[in-house]
Amino acid sequence: MSNLTPYTVIFYIFAAITVFSAAFVVFTRNVIYSAFALLFTFFGAAALYVFLSADFIAVTQVVVYVGGILVLLLFGVMFTNSIMQAKPKSDVLHIVPGTLLLIGMIGAILYTFYTTHSWMPGEAILQGSIVERIGFETMSRYVLPFEMASILLLAALIGAAFLARFDKSTDNK
Amino acid sequence: MEQLATIGLNHYLTISAILLSLGLFAVMTRKNAIVILMGVELILNAANINFLAFSKYNGGMQGVMFSLFVIVLAAAEAAIALAIIINIFKIFKSVDVSSIDSLKE
Repeated sequence: MSNLTPYTVIFYIFAAITVFSAAFVVFTRNVIYSAFALLFTFFGAAALYVFLSADFIAVTQVVVYVGGILVLLLFGVMFTNSIMQAKPKSDVLHIVPGTLLLIGMIGAILYTFYTTHSWMPGEAILQGSIVERIGFETMSRYVLPFEMASILLLAALIGAAFLARFDKSTDNK
Repeated sequence: MEQLATIGLNHYLTISAILLSLGLFAVMTRKNAIVILMGVELILNAANINFLAFSKYNGGMQGVMFSLFVIVLAAAEAAIALAIIINIFKIFKSVDVSSIDSLKE
């Protein structure tokens, strides 16, 4: 522990926030608590993206996940649980195979990662801000996926609005 | 200790392995459809961390671009899944996936 720099300490703090809040999401029985713990997981993951010098992805993560998906999930929780009457609990099934899968999965992946003798880093590690490079890549090599993503988002938007709209015909039946 | 003090690729891979397994655990064991969706989001985040870690230590931009598209797809997936869950709730008055067993109303 001789060369424990502040960088390392901060990394471990964010890693702990991410992992423990993810564990809380999974292991708590209350759906509302899960949703709010997911907030910390997303923020912790965004901080890890900053450590990986992907600052643009980190900001996108905060905007899209925390501002969009999490709010959507909370709306879902509020819609589908009558929180005023009953406790919004979520039951658990297959606990033993699930735990076995959890332990086996972590063990298998970590075994593979750590016994792969040495990952060989490339000669030029990403450093500094990558916003400019993302702009170049988006408009050159990845312009087709970029446009397709816009079409997909439009289709998903229309589809979600169509699926979730208030339907009179089923109510009058 | 040397391994612990210098942050390398393995640290990120460990975090992403833990997140992936926790997400899989949530998908497998929970009955509430919304918590299952949260598990899927955890899995996607784990994949993103992996992409970005490999991209950083490789020096290329492929992983970064891919993780950007993963975020886009996650947003679309969450919107559609929530719409489906709300429809299921309208019909079955519950989002318990183990009690939803009929295709027709």
